Amino acid sequence: MKYMILIQSNPQFLERWKALPEDMRERFGHDHVALSAELAETGELVASEGLADPALAKRIKVADNQTVISDGPFAEAKEHLAGFLLIDCESEDRALQIAARVPDAVWGLVEVRPVLDLSGMDM
Amino acid sequence: MSPATQSNNALGLLRELAPRVLGVLVRRNGDFDDCEDAVQDALLAASRSWPVDGVPKNPTGWLITAASRRLIETYRSEAARRRREHSYTLEPAPGTVPEVDDTLALLFLCCHPELTAPSQVALTLRALGGLTTAEIAHALLLPEATVGQRISRAKARIRETGTQFRTPTARECDERLPAVLSTLYLVFNEGHTATSGQALNRVELTSEAIRLTRQLRTSLPDEGEVAGLLALMMLTEARRDARTGPDGALIPLAEQDRDRWDQSAIAEGVAIVEATLPVAKPGPYQLQAAIAAVHDEAADFAATDWPQILALYDVLAAFAPGPMVALNRTVAVAMVRGPAAGLEALDAAARDPALRGHHRVDAVRAHLLDELGERDAAREHYLLAAQRTRSLPEQRYLLARATR
Repeated sequence: MKYMILIQSNPQFLERWKALPEDMRERFGHDHVALSAELAETGELVASEGLADPALAKRIKVADNQTVISDGPFAEAKEHLAGFLLIDCESEDRALQIAARVPDAVWGLVEVRPVLDLSGMDM
Repeated sequence: MSPATQSNNALGLLRELAPRVLGVLVRRNGDFDDCEDAVQDALLAASRSWPVDGVPKNPTGWLITAASRRLIETYRSEAARRRREHSYTLEPAPGTVPEVDDTLALLFLCCHPELTAPSQVALTLRALGGLTTAEIAHALLLPEATVGQRISRAKARIRETGTQFRTPTARECDERLPAVLSTLYLVFNEGHTATSGQALNRVELTSEAIRLTRQLRTSLPDEGEVAGLLALMMLTEARRDARTGPDGALIPLAEQDRDRWDQSAIAEGVAIVEATLPVAKPGPYQLQAAIAAVHDEAADFAATDWPQILALYDVLAAFAPGPMVALNRTVAVAMVRGPAAGLEALDAAARDPALRGHHRVDAVRAHLLDELGERDAAREHYLLAAQRTRSLPEQRYLLARATR
């Protein structure tokens, strides 16, 4: 079963992050790399990425076949996606166990969402 | 024979021979991990040359020779790496291949209790199914690296446990057969899950699961549950074409065009059920197969023998009680005694904490309320079910029901 582990952040988290001592930031990065490596090793990792600052985001809107692109930053956003892990594992329990190991779970916000699949019950 | 048919036949033969070749190699050399890699290399080589040059006269011998050579190369390079004075005189000896059926020994190894279910699935498909890592990854909708890692880790784990490759004893069979069957059923259901149109060149996991279960039945002809699982797969697969519309939309049993059911698969499934149920020790797969057989034999939905289905669910609930059995049984109750009685049964089944928030409870409730003409309440539960399901086609179906 596939699960997406969403790492959410917000301006307060970002402030705290910037205020962290250098060695803690380093350990945080190291723990991320270690977790991804471990999940690759167990054959549970599909993809994992950290996202660049939301200030670099662009928004796309298509109306009447016209594409309108607007540049960030979008000040109204309370929360933004900072990174994700896409995993394929045996059970939801296992997905939650993995999510608890994401370094951001200590001081940020980590969410586990099941991925829709193409199964269908016989009705 | 057209080149395409010739190629397909060659590949089919390869997969058929894969477990046999692997069995011979492991018996001669003992190391499952290295032998499995060597067989995989030999299969890849054959898949390139056979469709072009034709299938050799002795295909098993060809594969054993190719895999043995590969294995010797591996040993030699390892020995060289370790700077050891080893001279491997082990030359490939195709000669006579012993008539031993290694399907069981291999299946038990691949479904080792120390492995996670996803690892069992991947390893079984490679070692017994003769599929490449790329084919397995494609079929499971996963990156090749993920599946490759799963397989090598599973093999390393088997090596760590020191498990010997040998035909299981009768007692081991009894103890571990359920795990083997559940892996095969998982392969089947993965195939059921991943069906997204007729993708070309994609290995069909449902046919693969049926093929492997058929092989297992040849090894264990008297095991009722093996026969039961095979019948269940065939009777489910028989409805496959009718289950989805041209746009991928789910079509419920009641509305399926039964002319599109595969009658030969149904006949075979029904024959297995009829031959097995009276003589074998009963079990959940046989009972589920019997239920599927009753559905498949009805000329139309209205003609379904619901009292018999309900009776079978009662036996199933006694043998393998569980929340999903109780939930599915409520549908049969409703068909025999009416939707109001069905709702009562549903309330009772839904008390199981395992079903809390489960979308199927809402889907069944919505359906029964619809039958009672309580349209608003039905809509509410269709929407709840649509929100709670993890399946895209189900979500589409439930939303369509809600807005109908």
